[in-house]
Amino acid sequence: MTVIAAHATPTRWWHSRAVYRFMRHHLALVGIAMITLLVLACVIGPYALPYDSLHIDLRARFAPPLSGHHYLGTDPLGRDLAARLLMAGRISLLVGVSAMLLSTLIGTLVGVTAGYRGGWVGAALMRTVDGFLSYPSIFLVLALAATLRPSPVMITVIIAVTSWMETARIVEAEVRSLREREFVQAARMVGLSGKHIMFREILPNAMGPIIVAASLAVARAILLEAYISFLGYGIQPPLPSWGNMLNGAQQYLASAPWLAIIPGAAITIAVTSFNFIGDGLRDALDVRNDHI
Amino acid sequence: MSGFLLNRLSQSIVLLVIVSIIGFTVLNLMPGGPLAQFGLDPGMTQKDVERLAAQLGLNRPLWIQYLDWAWRLLQGDWGHSFRDGSSVLAVIGRHLLATLLLMGTSTAFAIAVGAWIGIRGATHRYSLFDYCATAGAMVALSVPTFWFGLIGIYIFTLKLGWVPAGNMYTIGDGSVLDYLHHLILPSLVLSLVHVAIWSRYMRTATLDALSQDFVKTARAKGVSERRILLKHVVGNALLPMITLAGMQLPSILTGALVTETVFTWPGMGRLFLDSLGYSDYPVVMGLLIFSAVLVVLGNLIADIIIATVDPRIRLG
Repeated sequence: MTVIAAHATPTRWWHSRAVYRFMRHHLALVGIAMITLLVLACVIGPYALPYDSLHIDLRARFAPPLSGHHYLGTDPLGRDLAARLLMAGRISLLVGVSAMLLSTLIGTLVGVTAGYRGGWVGAALMRTVDGFLSYPSIFLVLALAATLRPSPVMITVIIAVTSWMETARIVEAEVRSLREREFVQAARMVGLSGKHIMFREILPNAMGPIIVAASLAVARAILLEAYISFLGYGIQPPLPSWGNMLNGAQQYLASAPWLAIIPGAAITIAVTSFNFIGDGLRDALDVRNDHI
Repeated sequence: MSGFLLNRLSQSIVLLVIVSIIGFTVLNLMPGGPLAQFGLDPGMTQKDVERLAAQLGLNRPLWIQYLDWAWRLLQGDWGHSFRDGSSVLAVIGRHLLATLLLMGTSTAFAIAVGAWIGIRGATHRYSLFDYCATAGAMVALSVPTFWFGLIGIYIFTLKLGWVPAGNMYTIGDGSVLDYLHHLILPSLVLSLVHVAIWSRYMRTATLDALSQDFVKTARAKGVSERRILLKHVVGNALLPMITLAGMQLPSILTGALVTETVFTWPGMGRLFLDSLGYSDYPVVMGLLIFSAVLVVLGNLIADIIIATVDPRIRLG
C-alpha cells in the first residue's frame, strides 16, 4: 500500500521529535510524576494503611491530622481520612479517565464524520455541537444526574455525553483540512471506501490534536465529577469520591477545616497534573495554540 | 452591516431552535419523565397519574408536545412552579439580578486583572513574572471553584473576620455598602478561573499585536514604548476579548451556580439546585433553557459589538 507508506514515519516513536520535546517540558514531567504517584498511592495505599475506609469509630470523631495512626485525621463518623481519600481517588480518577475515553470516542466519531462528509450532514452535526455548547455544562449534568440513577457508571456516561463537543470541533476542523490533501485524494482514486479513508488514512494524521484534547478532557471530567458530587448529585456515599468528601465539609469548616482542605487539595493536584501534561503534549505535538 | 447583522441573527435563531430541541429531548426522554415523582406517592392511583398526564398533554406524540411547548415558550408561558404555582419566568426573574450582579462584578474584575497580568507577561516575556503567571494560571484553572470558596471562607471569614460567609445582605441593613461587603468574596472566588483564562489570552494577543508592522512603524517614528503599548497594542489586543467574553458565558454560569451554593447567594444557580431538590420540573426545565438562551444572546451581542467597533469583521 503505497498510499499508507507515503505518510508512515520511518523512525521508532520514542526517537521522535515529539517525545524529545515532551521530555524537555518540565511542567509536563512534573505532571507525569505526580499522576504516577497518585495512582500508585490510590492502588496500593489502602492496603498499607492501618484503617479501612468504611470503618466507623465514634470515639475517634474529628481527630485532627497526625493524631495517632490517623495520618490525615478522621471525619464526623470517625472514619480514617487517609483511607477514604485514597479509596475516593480510585473512584474519581477512574470516572475521570473513563469519561475522557468515552467523550473522546464520541467527539472523534462526530468530528470525523462531520469533517469528512461535510454538506448538510456536517452542518447538522456541527450545529448540534454548537447547541450542546450553549448549555452551561453543570446545568445539563445536574439535570441528568438528578433524574437518572447516579451510579459511578451513569455519572461517567453523563459527564461524557455533556463534554464531547470540544473534541468534535477540533477533530472536524483538522479532518476538513486533511480531506483536501493529496494522500486522501490518492486513496480516493485507488477506490478505498469512505470508512477506510476516514479511519485509516485521515484519523491517524489527526491524532495529535485528539491526544491533546483528551489529556485536557481528563482534567475537565475530574473537575465536573467533583462539582456534582460536592453538590450531592454525583457519586453517592458510602462510596467515597473526592467531590462527595467535600459535600458535608462546609458545615464543619470552623471546627474541622482539614475535612475541606485535604480532598480539595487532592482534586487540585490531580487536575493540575493533567493540565500540565496536556500543555506539554500540545507543545510536543505542535498543536495550534487556540484553546486554553 | 445589515447583511452581517441579518446573517448573524438567523444563525442565532437556528441555534436557539437546536438548543430548545436538545433541552426538550433531554428532559423528556429520561426514564420516568416529569411525572415520575408521583409514582411513589401512595395517594396517587394509576388513574390519577393518567389524568394528570392528559391534563398536561403528556399523552400526545412527542413532536406535537415539542411544538406546543416551543410555541408557549415564545409567548412567554414557561409553565408554573410545582412548589408555589407562580409562573416560571417570574421565579427566574426574582433570581436573575442577583446572578447578573455576581457575574458582572467578577467578570469586570477578571478582565481588569487578567489583562494587566497578560500585558505585563507579554512585555516582560520569559521573566520570573511571566513564568509565575503561566504556572499560576494553570493551577488556577485546576482549582475547583467551590474549594476555593471554602478556603476563602475559612481564611477571610473564620480566621480574619473581614467578610461575611454568605448571603447577599444583612437582614435589617441592606445598604449599598452592605451589599458590596457581601459581594467581595463570592465575586473574587468566581473570577479566579477567568483571571487565568484572560491573562493567557491577553498575553498571546499582546505578543501578536507587538509583532505587527504598525508597531515597527511607530517605533521607527520614535514613539515612546509606553505610548505604543497604550495606544496601539492594548486596543488591538483587547478587541478579540469581546468575543472571548461571550464565549466564556457558559463557564461563568457554571461557576456562578457553584459559587452561589457555597455562599448561599440567592441567584439562579441556587434556585436551580433547590428546584432539583424539590423535583420542581418546570423551573428546572425553565432554568436549563434560560441559561442556554442567555449564552446564545450573549454571544450575539458580543458579535454585534465587535462588528460595530471593528469594520474588518462586518465587511468580511
